[in-house]
Amino acid sequence: MNNFQRIPILKVGRVLLVPIQVDMDDQTVIHLQERILSELERTGARGVLIDVSLLEMVDSFIGRMLSDIAAMARVMDARTVVVGIQPAVAITLVELGLELNGVETVLNVDEGIKLLRGELDARDAEDAEDGWEWNRFGEQVDPA
Amino acid sequence: MESKSILLENEHDIVVARGEVRSLAAALGFGFVDQTRLATVTSELARNVVKYARRGRLIALPVESADGRTGLRLIFEDDGPGIPDIAAAMRDGFSTGGGLGKGLPGSKRLVAEFQIDSAPGRGTRVTVAHWI
Repeated sequence: MNNFQRIPILKVGRVLLVPIQVDMDDQTVIHLQERILSELERTGARGVLIDVSLLEMVDSFIGRMLSDIAAMARVMDARTVVVGIQPAVAITLVELGLELNGVETVLNVDEGIKLLRGELDARDAEDAEDGWEWNRFGEQVDPA
Repeated sequence: MESKSILLENEHDIVVARGEVRSLAAALGFGFVDQTRLATVTSELARNVVKYARRGRLIALPVESADGRTGLRLIFEDDGPGIPDIAAAMRDGFSTGGGLGKGLPGSKRLVAEFQIDSAPGRGTRVTVAHWI
């Protein structure tokens, strides 16, 4: 059954931007998780920014997906930030007992980009010390 | 306002159910946070029906309390396998289906009234109510 809803995954620099703009059914949630991980592998992105500002409800299934993506991305050396959780969603998440373990959250996409960029720049500095540099396409190059 | 009956047979029905409950709650005058609580509870309990019983239904009933408050009652019922140990099922972190074990105990925390009737082989009925 392939009638899941399409959620875009956009590569912006070394970050995957995932704007969730529809109320997803469970298959779509599972499929999205798999697609994010395969895009991480395919593009070599180091960060995932999931925008949930249009989601009016996050139940335990979606909450678990967010935690799982963060954990799996971490294993693939990428950091996940969830942005734009609505106040009503924050209240229901806490009442449900979901702490979104391991998921970093920020208020908006700007803050999320800043956070991920800061993290990536810090890593670049370390890499540069080790003799690695990044070209303008976001690819790692050996300066030697 | 009229009551609504929604068939719960597949994942899409879960999405439909939480959308319908949110609309109904909004039409009754529930605030946004309570609409979100009711939609979330619906998602959790409708998923239980589809996951464990394969099919069942949700009845959404606008109600009025003895002291005149407007409310919404949601009844999730199925003829599935039933719950052998309700006390265990109501504990945080308990799941027989590989989930997080937050569905039932979490739903109970989101609404004012929560009642569960179930026995092995006799299906399950979960009734919740929330008031404005």
